[in-house]
Amino acid sequence: MSDPILSLLDLKLGFKTYEGLVEVLHGISLRIGRGEKVALVGESGSGKSVTARIILGLLQELKSARISGAIHFDGADLEKLSRRERQALRGTRMSMIFQDPTSSLNPVFPIHVQFHEVLRRMDRNLTQRQGMQRAISLLTDVSIPEPERVLQAYAFQLSGGMNQRVMIAMALANEPSLLIADEPGTALDVTVQAQTLHLMRDLVVRKGTSVLFISHNLGVVREFADRVYVIYKGRIVEHGPTDALFGQPRHPYTKALMAAVPRITGGGIPDIPENSEAFLDPMIDHEVEVPA
Amino acid sequence: MIEKTAEPVPVLEARNISKTFKAATHEVRALDGVSLSVARGECLAIVGESGSGKTTLANMLLGIYPPSAGEMFLDGQMLPTRRSLPLRRAIQLVQQNPLSSLNPRRTIGASLRLALDVHDIGARQERKTRVAALLDEVGLPAEFASRYPSALSGGQRQRVAIARALACEPEILVLDEPTSALDVLVQARVLRLLDELRHRKALTYVFITHDLAVVRNIADRVAVFERGIMVEMADTETIFTNPGNAYTRSLIGAIPIITDEEEALRKTVLENKSAH
Repeated sequence: MSDPILSLLDLKLGFKTYEGLVEVLHGISLRIGRGEKVALVGESGSGKSVTARIILGLLQELKSARISGAIHFDGADLEKLSRRERQALRGTRMSMIFQDPTSSLNPVFPIHVQFHEVLRRMDRNLTQRQGMQRAISLLTDVSIPEPERVLQAYAFQLSGGMNQRVMIAMALANEPSLLIADEPGTALDVTVQAQTLHLMRDLVVRKGTSVLFISHNLGVVREFADRVYVIYKGRIVEHGPTDALFGQPRHPYTKALMAAVPRITGGGIPDIPENSEAFLDPMIDHEVEVPA
Repeated sequence: MIEKTAEPVPVLEARNISKTFKAATHEVRALDGVSLSVARGECLAIVGESGSGKTTLANMLLGIYPPSAGEMFLDGQMLPTRRSLPLRRAIQLVQQNPLSSLNPRRTIGASLRLALDVHDIGARQERKTRVAALLDEVGLPAEFASRYPSALSGGQRQRVAIARALACEPEILVLDEPTSALDVLVQARVLRLLDELRHRKALTYVFITHDLAVVRNIADRVAVFERGIMVEMADTETIFTNPGNAYTRSLIGAIPIITDEEEALRKTVLENKSAH
């Protein structure tokens, strides 16, 4: 676990509003080792997506955002970088996949134009022909059957699953060290989601890409991640290796999350008490040990 | 729960219904020759991916549009193309996203009241108390009647949508992905409420979803749809232990699961294909 690709230390975020400062993150600490697949799990409003946007340097652009704490990416202090330097990282050394692939692609340009734009970030002198060849090989990597045809198409002409593969190929085009996947495939059908997740996992393992996987779906996390952080109301309440955490969750919130998922083995619908304030009590970050 | 030996008249029945949508250049067969029946008090799950015809089926059961071919029966009576008010009242809908299914400019109380007014349910003077009773039925305080949907959480809004469907005192509820937009904890609570309501009020459910884990825990029988065709129909236990169809198996194989027991079940299901 030496020399992580990404580390967050006591990251805090608040938004300035007319009614004063609204605190969203209350000190998040998290690390991702090189080649590691780490999941951040929580419900809507827990702070998952804002964490991703801070790592990408997107929230720093927002005037009302108050950010404190340390973010280190590949040895560099992100907060010390200029706006331009942060921008240069995006799409090259770190990239992101969003929930809905169809709406995150540009509807007025065919796929190959968008690919070329991404590839030119690394190589300013890339010709059309070279770009096309690279794009074809990248689309072949994500098992797209007719890459030439897909490259000429617009996003709305392709299925959701196909667009998701295009997004994965684009996000990995410049061989980033860190891939942030925010609820990837939630908008897709279950069978398509399962296929694209397997494909993405195989690809990042082969390329040694580190991944921050953001999700509310515990089942998907279990199949994808090496380690898991559970986030609740802007705090990490528990973290540890996936098997250990799923095998023996310690925080009452994690336990409730696990209990709430209906099982395909049956057993009825879980009884979750209405009063969620009960989870607030022991608001500390439990570390789950790796079983010996 | 349901007597399987004596075959009573099903509360809802579809005989060989099809739906074709005409586009400018071609026709789309959204549903092709589907026959199914739902017994009183039963929860029938309709399962399939997008484009399988689930929602088309729901819309026809509700009478939003008629089938291109085939007939539907309520309590043994054939349903006409244009349904009278009492027929519409008998089958009610709960949609996936309560934020878009509730009128944002109307208070919760006014939305519930409208259902009572349209169907002329109860005496005018007592409708206010009826609204309070409906809110209570879905576990919400009576004060919520004066609030707008925007002031409620996702789970609370979905409870209001359920209350509005119940306001019409229906026999059948068509639930179209009622919990897939909710967080897991909230989903569990709303599902429990639905399950409890069905037993308490002897309701019949047509539960449309793509989430098979939910189906396992709430449905009595399951109909699996693939591209407009009903490829399998069986009781829930059979679907999960011995599915007879390759598409059903692939759906079960794709469910993200969290325990080792589930992993074992999924494995047996996927390996059992040789048995068929």
